[in-house]
Amino acid sequence: MLLSNLPLKNSGKIIGLTAKGEQRRRLLDLGLIPGTTVMAKRKSPSGAPIAYLIRGTILALRKEETDLVEISP
Amino acid sequence: MDQTADCGRELIRTLSLVDNISESEKEKIRDQIVKDIYWLAEKIANESVSKEQIKTDWGEKADDILTSKYMGFPIMLVMLGGVFWLTIAGANIPSAFLAEGLFWFEGRLNELFMWANAPQWLQGILVSGVYRTMAWVVSVMLPPMAIFFPIFTLLEDAGYLPRVAFNLDNFFRRSGAHGKQALTMSMGFGCNAAGVIATRIIESPREKLIAIITNSFVPCNGRFPTLIVLASIFMGTVVSETYSSFVAAAIVVALVLAGISITLLVSWILSKTVLKGVPSSFTLELPPYRKPQLGRILVRSFIDRTLFVLGRAVMVAAPAGLIVWVFANIGIKGMSLLDYAANLLNPFAVLIGLDGVILLAFILGLPANEIVIPIMVMGYLSTGAMLEPDSVSVLRDILVNNGWTWLTALATMSFSLLHFPCGTTLLTIRKETGSMKWAVFTFFSTTAVAIIVNFIVVQLIHLFL
Repeated sequence: MLLSNLPLKNSGKIIGLTAKGEQRRRLLDLGLIPGTTVMAKRKSPSGAPIAYLIRGTILALRKEETDLVEISP
Repeated sequence: MDQTADCGRELIRTLSLVDNISESEKEKIRDQIVKDIYWLAEKIANESVSKEQIKTDWGEKADDILTSKYMGFPIMLVMLGGVFWLTIAGANIPSAFLAEGLFWFEGRLNELFMWANAPQWLQGILVSGVYRTMAWVVSVMLPPMAIFFPIFTLLEDAGYLPRVAFNLDNFFRRSGAHGKQALTMSMGFGCNAAGVIATRIIESPREKLIAIITNSFVPCNGRFPTLIVLASIFMGTVVSETYSSFVAAAIVVALVLAGISITLLVSWILSKTVLKGVPSSFTLELPPYRKPQLGRILVRSFIDRTLFVLGRAVMVAAPAGLIVWVFANIGIKGMSLLDYAANLLNPFAVLIGLDGVILLAFILGLPANEIVIPIMVMGYLSTGAMLEPDSVSVLRDILVNNGWTWLTALATMSFSLLHFPCGTTLLTIRKETGSMKWAVFTFFSTTAVAIIVNFIVVQLIHLFL
């Protein structure tokens, strides 16, 4: 399952990233590493992006990024 | 921890030198390094940091409202309007008070010069030129800034601005721009040069340029006083005095919204033409709300911002006042250089709802937008009756006597909102982009937008009224 498909208020565990290069490194640096629990917190009033609770911080990610993160519910 | 990170970086550098390791192997090693760093950091944090259980998370409750589907945008609008209303309503009295004091002092200065038997031209240059322009800048700008900056810093300090970026991101994404442009745009409300520097937070060069070029479409603090003053003396007076500051605030909000719409539109056009490409990655942290530290806010907003901006304005206003006075008083065949220039510009200026003096004031105001109104007034006063602008309300009489209507005010506000950024901002653009090219491009593209929008609006209104 992709992180972008995670419904609001639900959690999942990251299994892997399909992002490459610079983008992969950025996501990893933000703490999106395999094994991390992610919770979809809230949606922007304009429909996107979605804010996720990751390691105690809240990060807003666009769909372009969350399509590249695989999770298990 | 620091050592581990250093080790990791060192390892990556070493690995990149080794050719016989495949790209996917390298990726695996990088992943492992990051994982190890996080694992170690987590271990240290668990051992040494103790967390208190919080009963109610106020930040979460605040976010539920501030970024909610139905309340998110109305609250942003009310906040924006509220800040402007407080600024307008609060600035009126101290502005009049300051103007009275400063122009009383001008009278004393004149007496001093007469007592000293100083030559007429020296008195003209120093008192009517330099001093009066500086006095105008201080009395018109200081009160709004002293109110606006602390309130804005308060919102910034409390952590509201990232929420604004979160709410607006989708619009920027659709314009092909970076979500953090909402943040650099907010910074532009303070000062466009600061907004341009703030675009360093945008990693991708393409989106950084879009954010830089469009930054001056939100009014900076050098232009807010112009907008506020014109809105309150021309638009606010349509209704009774009790509501006039509300109407003025609503008009400034409408202008800001128009500026944001044009920011998005121009960003979209740029990302489809000159700066083609797809939006790069966007990640934005929504930090926890913090209790603002009032004392620090007051000090920081007053010293770092108000005095800084005002100081710059006064520094620029003094020589500009001198030059304008000379222009207004040196002439050929009884016509001043200022009149020559204004007359030359007039036919074109009328097409976009201005007049020659207004357009000339914008051009001479290139060093700093703060001095546009003072130059304009000086231009009018040097030609017409020598009115003493001893209070802000006199400004209205001066303008009306020179043929201003609400449409002139609207056109001037719109031009002020959209025209070329000030000299400082242009120099900052050159520095940040590393080339003169983008500064020149910004100058011409913003001015083109201003002329087109003004022309359309003014001609449409003429057509229907």
